[in-house]
Amino acid sequence: MHSTISFVVFGLIGLGFILAFIRLLIARTVADRAVALDGATLISANIMVLMAFLMGRSMLLDVALVYALLSFLGVLAIARYLEGGL
Amino acid sequence: MSILSVTGHALVLIGGVFLFISGLGILRMPDVWNRMHAGTKATTLGSLTLLIGLGCLRPPWFPKLIIIGLFIILTNPVSSHALARAVRNVPEEMPDNLICDDMEDGHDT
Repeated sequence: MHSTISFVVFGLIGLGFILAFIRLLIARTVADRAVALDGATLISANIMVLMAFLMGRSMLLDVALVYALLSFLGVLAIARYLEGGL
Repeated sequence: MSILSVTGHALVLIGGVFLFISGLGILRMPDVWNRMHAGTKATTLGSLTLLIGLGCLRPPWFPKLIIIGLFIILTNPVSSHALARAVRNVPEEMPDNLICDDMEDGHDT
C-alpha cells in the first residue's frame, strides 16, 4: 500500500516531465521553449521531493529548494533577455 | 492505517495527477499562451498538494515542506508574469483572432 501509491505517483510525475521535455525539444520559438522549460523544471523539483520521501533522506529537500530557486532565476533571466533588456 | 496516512496518500495521488496533467497540457495545448496557463496553474496546485500530502505522511519534515511550498507560491506567479510580458513583445506569438489588447499602445495596465 505504502510503496505502491508512491511508485505510481512517481511514474505519473515522470511521464508528465517526459511530455513537457518533448515540448521543450520540438518547440519552434524561443518563447515557447522558455515556457516549456519553466514547467519542466518545476515538475522535476517535485520529482526530487518525492525521491527524498522514497529514499528517506531529508537532504534531498534542500536540493529541491535550491533547484527551484535556480530555475526561477533562470526563467527570469530568459524573460529579461526576450524583452531586450539584457 | 491511520487517518493521517490515508489523507497523505490521497493528497499525494491528487498532486501526481495534477502534475501529469500539467505536462500533458504543455505538450498538447495549441498556443504558447494556453501552454503557459497549463504549465503554471496546474503545476502550482499539484506541487502544493503533493507537498502537503508528503507532510502528512512524514510529520517531522513538515516545516521544510512548508518552506518549499511558500517559495513555490511566491515565485511561480512572478516568473510566469515575467514570461508573459516577454512573450507579449514577440509579434509572431500573437493570435489572429485577438479581440481586445490592453497593452496595444504601449502603456502598462
